[in-house]
Amino acid sequence: MSHEKVLMKGNEALAEAAIMAGCHHYFGYPITPQTEVAAYMSKRMPKIDGGVFLQAESEIAAINMVIGVASTGKRVMTSSSSPGISLKSEGLSYLAGCDLPALVVNVQRGGPGLGGIQPSQSDYFHATRGAGHGDFHMIVLAPDSVQEMVSLVFHGFDLAEKYRMTTMILSDGTMGQMMEPVSLDMGEIKQYDKPWALTGTKCERKPNIVNSLYLQPEELEKRNFERYEKYKLIEETEPMFEEYKMEDAEVCIAAFGVAARVSQNAIDEARKQGIKVGMIRPITLWPFPKKAFASAAEKVKSFVSVELSMGQMVEDIELSVRCKRPVLLCNRAGGMIPTTQNVLDKIIEASKL
Amino acid sequence: MTTQILIAGFGGQGILFSGKFLAYEGLIEGKELSWLPSYGPEMRGGTANCSVILSDTKVGSPIVLNPDVLIAMNGPSLDKYENETVSGGKIFVDSSLITRKVERSDVEAYYIPATKMASDEGLTGLANMIILGHAIKKANLVPYENIEKAMKKLVPPKKQHLLEPNLRAIELGYNY
Repeated sequence: MSHEKVLMKGNEALAEAAIMAGCHHYFGYPITPQTEVAAYMSKRMPKIDGGVFLQAESEIAAINMVIGVASTGKRVMTSSSSPGISLKSEGLSYLAGCDLPALVVNVQRGGPGLGGIQPSQSDYFHATRGAGHGDFHMIVLAPDSVQEMVSLVFHGFDLAEKYRMTTMILSDGTMGQMMEPVSLDMGEIKQYDKPWALTGTKCERKPNIVNSLYLQPEELEKRNFERYEKYKLIEETEPMFEEYKMEDAEVCIAAFGVAARVSQNAIDEARKQGIKVGMIRPITLWPFPKKAFASAAEKVKSFVSVELSMGQMVEDIELSVRCKRPVLLCNRAGGMIPTTQNVLDKIIEASKL
Repeated sequence: MTTQILIAGFGGQGILFSGKFLAYEGLIEGKELSWLPSYGPEMRGGTANCSVILSDTKVGSPIVLNPDVLIAMNGPSLDKYENETVSGGKIFVDSSLITRKVERSDVEAYYIPATKMASDEGLTGLANMIILGHAIKKANLVPYENIEKAMKKLVPPKKQHLLEPNLRAIELGYNY
């Protein structure tokens, strides 16, 4: 691929980036607004040597196929939208229990239940807290442009292999359906040793075992403590965020994905009215960029969390700033998106606190 | 400078395609841009719309709520978005499908019987490009010399036979 920019939907760019990042195995099941990922993969994978596209009989089957490929050490992904991700939850827990690297994409739509098909961010809790049973985390990445969709797919696979865990790209209907100019040239792919992978012993080594069942509680506890040591390291080293006009800000917006794009407009508008407002945009939702918010709390007088949900990330901000400053919520739900005016009104309210 | 464009009509009228033309033209010019469709069942016959933003600076929200340029290809779209158009904005109306006039006096209204022109000229299904051609001229959306380049980029190699009729349709609207 050349450096020349092309126009692609977020969903398509994500799929192409995954292939370029060396993911030649894709398992999925169609669901709006994610279907372009699977459609793109179905066209491209057969043209790749060893490429596999498989439309499984269900989301649950697809995530279990992901577990199978992941245990061989190959790059693998699946994608779905909110209701389909719920179905994959069991598999997400097994991936964590087996310490397997994989990329899982959630192009969120409104919920709960079948909900609707319009964009949402209401799976924030699911992604950052409760992706399945048991003590575990996934790395959660939230792109806010088609270009960042591409770079986070590369970074996501890298993190997954580096830490042997699942990375989730938490996208939404807008990010998936939107087209923007994008450059697909992303450089080299890091290689990691995978002595744990099931690649056949060739009678030269003891068999590897990939398993999440530990009947001795002492042993299971030990595995959990070890895993949480790894999580601690990730929380210290991997948070990513971007600041926008924070230098002199008195009000700090927190938003990710499409909410950050709307907030950018609102901030520009508020600045024209003389309100000093900026934004911290978390790129990693887990690990949450706690330190960025904690240090902002020393400078700003209030926060506004802009979300396409009933208010989920708002809790992480309150935890990060230890409730030192008020954290307001500007939200729409069920497939609705906050308007620039919605955000502006809340900025004005926050600036008067 | 940022131009927010909203194209709206029925599914099947080529609403998304005409938006894509503007996006490809923006790509050629090296502009910042976004293209966002309404998605879902609208594609199969309901109302469809497409937000396109062309800008010299990074695009914020890709959702066009208050267009500078509105292209309305059916009555419900004009009813829905006339009042959302910015003051001083431009509204383009397919007058063969929409019988009423634009009621606001603080916008510039342009009427072109795009659907009728398409069928008269053997360009059935290309009313979208005819009305777009008119908007390109009157709202100065695209430099004339870029039209062919953008269209060549947009029409895939396998569908080259569609290039000429699409260009002819834009030309027709441009010169209306």
